[in-house]
Amino acid sequence: MAATGPKSTMHTVQGMKIEVERMGKGKPILVFTSEEQLERGSAALANLALDHEVIMPSLPGYGRSERPDWIRNPDDISYIMMDLLDELHLGPVPVIGFSLGGWIVTEIATKSNAYFSKIILVDSYGVKVGGAYERDIADIWTLHADKVLKLKWHDVAKGKRDFPSMSEHDLQIIARNVESTARFCWEPYMHSINMTKRLHRIKVPTQFIWGENDGITPLAYGRGFSALILGSKFTTIGRAGHYPHLEQNDDFIKAIRPFLGA
Amino acid sequence: MQAWHFTEMPYPHLPPADQITTMRVSLSNKHFDPNIGADLYNRYLDEYMIADDLGLDLMVNEHHQTATCLDTCAPLSAAILARQTSKGRILILGNPIANRGDPIRIAEEMAMIDCISRGRLEVGFVRGVPYEVFASNSNPTQTVERLWEGIDLSIAAWKAVDEPFNFEGRFTHKRQINLWPRPYQTPHPPVWITGSSDHEAISRAASRGFTFATFLQPYEVVRKLFETYRAHYVDCGQPGGGGLGFLPLVYTADTEAEAEAGMKELLWYMTAKTEPQFRNPPGYVSVDLNVKALQGAFSGRTDAMRAKGLEFQREQGVIMYGTPDQVAQQVKRFYENVGGFDHLLMMQQAGFLDHARTVKSMTLFAKEVFPQIKDLARTKPLRTLAAAE
Repeated sequence: MAATGPKSTMHTVQGMKIEVERMGKGKPILVFTSEEQLERGSAALANLALDHEVIMPSLPGYGRSERPDWIRNPDDISYIMMDLLDELHLGPVPVIGFSLGGWIVTEIATKSNAYFSKIILVDSYGVKVGGAYERDIADIWTLHADKVLKLKWHDVAKGKRDFPSMSEHDLQIIARNVESTARFCWEPYMHSINMTKRLHRIKVPTQFIWGENDGITPLAYGRGFSALILGSKFTTIGRAGHYPHLEQNDDFIKAIRPFLGA
Repeated sequence: MQAWHFTEMPYPHLPPADQITTMRVSLSNKHFDPNIGADLYNRYLDEYMIADDLGLDLMVNEHHQTATCLDTCAPLSAAILARQTSKGRILILGNPIANRGDPIRIAEEMAMIDCISRGRLEVGFVRGVPYEVFASNSNPTQTVERLWEGIDLSIAAWKAVDEPFNFEGRFTHKRQINLWPRPYQTPHPPVWITGSSDHEAISRAASRGFTFATFLQPYEVVRKLFETYRAHYVDCGQPGGGGLGFLPLVYTADTEAEAEAGMKELLWYMTAKTEPQFRNPPGYVSVDLNVKALQGAFSGRTDAMRAKGLEFQREQGVIMYGTPDQVAQQVKRFYENVGGFDHLLMMQQAGFLDHARTVKSMTLFAKEVFPQIKDLARTKPLRTLAAAE
């Protein structure tokens, strides 16, 4: 069966417009994208859309979603997303969160176990596992862009993007996504201060998927994160960096399909 | 026309340029020798005192984690000058209130310096250049919003004379605001603000009667900024009555050849290396500008400007150098080109330019250039104030 979509609609939540993209037919599955939203149009999501309805909201300040000034951090965002999920009446559904999207999933799931039936976190931000003098997560803003690319991708060629050839519209979204990430994640850098004290509240089956060569959120960080969610499963993907679903699509699908079940 | 002496207090004793990738933010501080640093601080402060004796006003600023500027705390250097000089006005341009936070602490420090100097302080506020957010770790977005909330709160604190008040704003929360000391000048020192392209911010500054200054830009850009200021200026009874300032590099000498050599040394400042990620932190500029950057609109722009050479930059007014008469002519030409201005902020020292040659240039300027320009008519905002009086 060929997947349908993607189709994008705008929902009004707390007076702000939030974009929701849907593709495919079948059981609903939620996807919270990475801050770069590179999952859009990816083979991984196309595979899921073969037998799922993939529902992919853009966080405030990302994609075409609005960003009112009062939103300061992923905690604020999580309340907007819960309002959206209430409105969508999905019931508990599986969710995949990539990078920043994973952080948002943990923000929601530590507040309520009602939204998700299963959680997949892929090279997610959100927690600090090391001490004050340890840099858990590579600082993407003080490193040279070439260095960031090397840390993020196992195969750097896959991460290179030809910005001048892109449309003005796409570049607007890219630039605003970057700005929004700085607004929400600058300090504390890529984590919520008290997330370590809240993760025990997640009672939903959880699987971590991690790129073995991730230089942004390294493997040790991922394992430390996973240890804080009781009973969570930790699966690594070789020859992959921060975006294993984009670098090793087949391995990624093989890793998550059994967890998602039939 | 008021003329202000300025140096960023550079530390130029660095490894060769091809051996370092940046002079800002992440250049290892193993390259800083405290003995050399001590000499430099004292030397630069001496030069401010000489400028004061020469009848010039004094401007200081601050930057962080950079060899281009050892002044990491403008209130400290201003406080030293408040005590050690006696005539010149002292301008901090400025307080990086959006990065530093705590506007009340800043208002308090300004009041103290104003008292020590017996009312010679002028208080600038700046948004801060992009690379500063790395040292302060302040969010690179909403810098303009934080700047204005901080300015408004500082002014409110200076003006409050009756009861302590509280403030619960977007970025600052304070209880029992009650400045001890109050500023020496009533209701507060003149307020300055800087800008380089944001016309909306200039309108806002002008509509409150602040003084506006811009740095190192070609006269055509400066004229447009100044026109925006003049169009929106409102005389709100601000101390100082507003006005316009411009900062070029300035070197004055007996001969043009000597001046050119001096200017070449000052240009060290313009060639300071900064790694690209520090030049444009995420969200510091608008989405539209970042789109243009992604499209490659700005790549090579600085190099292209440099390649045009000394004479071109002198023609643009970004640098002013020559014999006293030549420098006076360049100031007057710039004055004409931008529709008039009130404050010549002069970076007269940068890089390796040594004490003797710095002082020689300052002295020639004060004795032979300044008399030729100091009576240039004040621009419209100040005349408005004069008329009102």
